[in-house]
Amino acid sequence: MGSGSANGRVLHLHDIAHARSGDKGNHANIGVIAWTSVGFEFLDDFLTAEVVADFLRPLNPHRVERFRMPGIGAYNFVLHNVLAGGASRSLLIDSQGKALASALLQMEVPTPDEWEQMLKPYE
Amino acid sequence: MVSSRKTIRIGNGAGFWGDQLDAPRLLAEQGELDYLTLEYLAELTLSILAHQRQRDADLGYVTDFPTVVRSMVALLRSQPELKIITNAGGMNPVSCARAVSQVLCESQLESIQVAAVSGDDLLPRLDELIADGETFEHFENNQPMTDIREKLTSANAYLGAAGIVSALSDGARIVITGRIADASLVVGPAVFEFGWSWDDWDLLASATTTGHLIECGAQVTGGMFSGWSSDANFRLDRIGYPIAELSTEGGCVITKPAGTDGRVDTATVSEQLVYEIGDPESYLTPDVAADFSHVQLEQIDTDRVRVANCRGAQRPSEYKVSMSYAEGYSGAGTLVVAGPDAIGRARACESAIRSRLERIGDLPEHVAFEYLGTGDVVSGVMVREANPPEVVLRAVARDPSRDVIDRFLRELAPLVTSGPPGVTGYTGARPRSIPVLGYWPSSIHRSHVHSQSTVLSAKDCCNG
Repeated sequence: MGSGSANGRVLHLHDIAHARSGDKGNHANIGVIAWTSVGFEFLDDFLTAEVVADFLRPLNPHRVERFRMPGIGAYNFVLHNVLAGGASRSLLIDSQGKALASALLQMEVPTPDEWEQMLKPYE
Repeated sequence: MVSSRKTIRIGNGAGFWGDQLDAPRLLAEQGELDYLTLEYLAELTLSILAHQRQRDADLGYVTDFPTVVRSMVALLRSQPELKIITNAGGMNPVSCARAVSQVLCESQLESIQVAAVSGDDLLPRLDELIADGETFEHFENNQPMTDIREKLTSANAYLGAAGIVSALSDGARIVITGRIADASLVVGPAVFEFGWSWDDWDLLASATTTGHLIECGAQVTGGMFSGWSSDANFRLDRIGYPIAELSTEGGCVITKPAGTDGRVDTATVSEQLVYEIGDPESYLTPDVAADFSHVQLEQIDTDRVRVANCRGAQRPSEYKVSMSYAEGYSGAGTLVVAGPDAIGRARACESAIRSRLERIGDLPEHVAFEYLGTGDVVSGVMVREANPPEVVLRAVARDPSRDVIDRFLRELAPLVTSGPPGVTGYTGARPRSIPVLGYWPSSIHRSHVHSQSTVLSAKDCCNG
């Protein structure tokens, strides 16, 4: 596995996955869906609950849980107590966590040899 | 009653209160639907409706719904088989049903039967339920409910699909519920049409998965899709709302009306499957514990995705209860700060507001300032913009006292004249303070909740 570039290209999570986030009381969730099965396998090792918790550290998640969804090739991350009181009490503009997915997709990811098989297929 | 249908088409024309008002009519016009569902209730919508009912005993429901019915009068006439299922009843399903019947009467459609499903409102029964042993501890931290008892503004159980099935069996063409699991709006018609038994967990899970996929309207047909790109040929202007074709053997096809914008593919459907879920192996509703983790999606045609492999397990022995309680007031306002060093100028505004309020001892208990345009929406995580040409400064506060919040909100406008240069964007009315509601999730044993379906005869409303 290389690190950070493939032919000079820096790989980001949005190159190999798409995602959606929302709220559940005081918690938020981000579902990350790999574009390909190769990407799904790669993320199994790379995108752990710890990596996600670390990336979102400024939001002070109390705990991050990860769940596998092999049927659609996705991982669901539940971010405990990340919304500062939940949809109604939170003072923040994104009190429902809608933008968390876009933020997470900005993450830089390492570049394994098979990186081209992880990219979004042409339409 | 069990029909001989092998499939039914259910379209969802509303994902929240405030969704596109013409979507239900357009979807029914184009969708060849058997059922139209309309989902209106977010977690805290009921406490707002409870407040409205306090002021007027005939209110407390989603007033958009009678308006929607009025827009659909011609369709209800030309599509005599079309049925509508909605949770627009909010805190007052019976009054909502009456308002809808009134609309039908005015349109000479008084033969249409409207049913109200109630029983979810626990607030009037709280003493009795506590005496029967219910404690309503906080679902996550086990805090006792006595901590917030005096401040409660609403307490509702999430009902399952049984009340809808009973209303449909009684001949209702429009079924109006209060709080109900969103997915049950789809489970109800499926059980009614296909005659599934209440312990066929895989089938109930299949309808629950379908309900989850369409409950947020256009979020499954290309809205909010993170794979969207502005340079692709991916228009959203006239986005189609979702249609699910449910099969009597379980599974469904998600699609949308031909000729509409948006997209239904395995990626858009996947994103909605993961939306607002916890453990995907156990998506709990009063009807079933559905397992999303093995659900499979297959593109079978343009804008048609087959959903298969839904599994289910025994439903929970308790109903989820959603309570809300008064927690003071909040208010938010914005200023636009432009020009060189926009961030520095915006900081000077924040500093002025804080120090002026500190001096008079009126700084709210909780205050936050966000510098929108710099990456503050997910602060510290998003890639930051170090020197933007303009910033939206959002000032927001929460406090037990409404006066303190109103005082805070007064501080914004004067910065246009007394603050740094480049402060603008302050037109229109001063922002208003609003009541803050705390959310208290809890549970109640099933035997303590009884749903009732009341079928109204629209004729009675014609005279009234």
